[in-house]
Amino acid sequence: MNMMSESAVEKALDQKMSEVSYKMIGKDVSVYYGEKRALFDVNLNVRENTVTALIGPSGCGKSTFLRTLNRMNDTIENCRVTGKITLDTDDIYDKQIDVVELRARVGMVFQKPNPFPKSIYENVSYGPRIHGLAKNKADMDQIVEASLQRAGLWTEVKDRLHEGGTGLSGGQQQRLCIARAVAVSPEVILMDEPCSALDPIATAKVEELIHELRANYTIVIVTHSMQQAARVSQRTAMFHLGNLVEENDTDKMFTNPDDQRTQDYIMGRFG
Amino acid sequence: MTDLTSPIAGISKPKAGRRDIGIKGRYAAERRFRAYGIAALSFGIIFLMMLLWSVFSKGYTAFQQTMITIPVEFSQQVIDPQNERTTNPQKLMTANYPIVARNALAKVLGADVNDRVAARSVGQMLSDGVRAQLRDMVVANPALIGTTQTVSLLASGDIDSAFKGQIDLKVSQENRKVNDQQVKWMNQMAEAGTLGKHFNGGIFVNGASSRPEAAGVGVALIGSFYMMLIVLALALPIGVAASIYLEEFAPKNKFTDLIEVNINNLAAVPSIVYGLLGLAVFVNFMGLPRSASMVGGFVLTLMTLPTIIIATRAALKAVPPSIRAAALGLGASKMQTIFHHVLPLAMPGILTGTIIGLAHALGETAPLLLIGMVAFVANYPTTPLDPSTALPVQIYMWANEAERAFVERTSGAIIILLLFLILMNVGAILLRRRFERRW
Repeated sequence: MNMMSESAVEKALDQKMSEVSYKMIGKDVSVYYGEKRALFDVNLNVRENTVTALIGPSGCGKSTFLRTLNRMNDTIENCRVTGKITLDTDDIYDKQIDVVELRARVGMVFQKPNPFPKSIYENVSYGPRIHGLAKNKADMDQIVEASLQRAGLWTEVKDRLHEGGTGLSGGQQQRLCIARAVAVSPEVILMDEPCSALDPIATAKVEELIHELRANYTIVIVTHSMQQAARVSQRTAMFHLGNLVEENDTDKMFTNPDDQRTQDYIMGRFG
Repeated sequence: MTDLTSPIAGISKPKAGRRDIGIKGRYAAERRFRAYGIAALSFGIIFLMMLLWSVFSKGYTAFQQTMITIPVEFSQQVIDPQNERTTNPQKLMTANYPIVARNALAKVLGADVNDRVAARSVGQMLSDGVRAQLRDMVVANPALIGTTQTVSLLASGDIDSAFKGQIDLKVSQENRKVNDQQVKWMNQMAEAGTLGKHFNGGIFVNGASSRPEAAGVGVALIGSFYMMLIVLALALPIGVAASIYLEEFAPKNKFTDLIEVNINNLAAVPSIVYGLLGLAVFVNFMGLPRSASMVGGFVLTLMTLPTIIIATRAALKAVPPSIRAAALGLGASKMQTIFHHVLPLAMPGILTGTIIGLAHALGETAPLLLIGMVAFVANYPTTPLDPSTALPVQIYMWANEAERAFVERTSGAIIILLLFLILMNVGAILLRRRFERRW
């Protein structure tokens, strides 16, 4: 992607952003692990075709919030979520909403690269296969190729699609996981510290990828790295002790935050 | 002024007394512990060697059988003196074949069949199994009557033992099973090459017999095979399904805790208790036949289930949570996550547990005694509902026999059982390797 087209994309996206449309809306979201309360009435809206970064010190609830967005908290025993989260107009905690369908619309990439111990092709094709997205083999081949293209992995693996996904390097594995998430054509992709297990070069590649994915997807990313948040996101939300401290444009957040705690955290005074 | 104790500037001097932090003691403790380990290991190896030596040194001769190869005249005078075999088909079945064999042997030895003592001695050298052997030959081909054929006849158990050197010939002949004349004949035939040891295929295919030379583990092998099939077909699916439910779906509460504790306890329940249960439920209540390998299979299934459930649950627990998260995050249902990802990864552990359970069941004796599988079964069972025995029960029964020749057969059967166990364990290792994936 050359500079020209990149700036064109940027311009188009910025134009889109000016007429703000919210993909997901969280209202008074609280999470309890048994008796312990992990999130306190968080109100956070996720804008469409935007990268929203969640930052904050360890244990501040940013990962917990991320996992409420596709109900991954359901798998944790004793976990209870109150408040309301909508995806477009659907209340995702409504009884009517099927969690399987929700997760097909809100994909997730995890902290540690976790490809299935199967071939690269099977890793990517698994999601489309269980959701019946491909009519035939050629269709599936096309989905796999497109997804790997999007994840910037195609040229590296096209000659060994049927070799194990676990034989790739850490960075490649993480991009494979992104390709796997992209393959089911979700609307939102959640990323939980996707680069924390990667070296700087692999991190740079993944960040570049996040930048490109923004054109088609809404992305929410949890990160511990301030620089990463500044590099990849347009909006940043700062969490502290289970509360949402501040949510703002990333540029403003890192230059002139409204809240003193954000200032302190970004300057490295705590956390 | 110069400081004599520190001639070179810049190097710190050692403190006066070094701290005693017990280095010597720590290393001594480690050495002692290694010594205990090696001692324990050697102890174990010595006993294993003794066991194997005892079994193999006694048992290897069971795979050889003394045979007497002589020309046998199928004399019509003995078999069918009235020439009525065309009208009476029973004639060929009931003819006096041992006399045919005795006469043939007496002819070779030059003994007089009219001398009753000598004739008896000659007759005792041959197994009673020759009756069935010659009968089967003649019934299959009645044209043999009147001809002379060279036949390998089974020597009697006592001659077999004597020829293998298992009977002390220094004992006076009144106190041993073979008399001096028979020993002389035996040596004479061995020199002539008509008497010799051959591979004993019979031990693998014959059924129960009170004559050691004709006894084999054939029926027991079939019984054990049926039982293993039943155990595999029942215990594996039931055990795996139970484990998946308990591990993945069941709510964690007092009741499931109670079930878990009890499954662990069941694995430690003495097997004879399962035998009593099988007797009460399957035989008395459900009316299934006694001695049937189907009932044995059911009892062993109950016994194997806890082992399989425990192994499967451990294997399911060992699958990294990241794989589950990956599948769930893609929108796979719980069922799809388990069957597409978790179960395949748990497969090596499940298979190992299953094969260990099966091996355990293969060697189990006590519950089978209670459901009546300790029976004298000479005919092959055609279905699992027919009476049969099992390998370990056959060993138990042979160990109770008095004849010298049963001692080697007991050990021989133990060798066969051990071979099957080794085969199963090798299978477990191979399957494990085959299914093992790294992640």
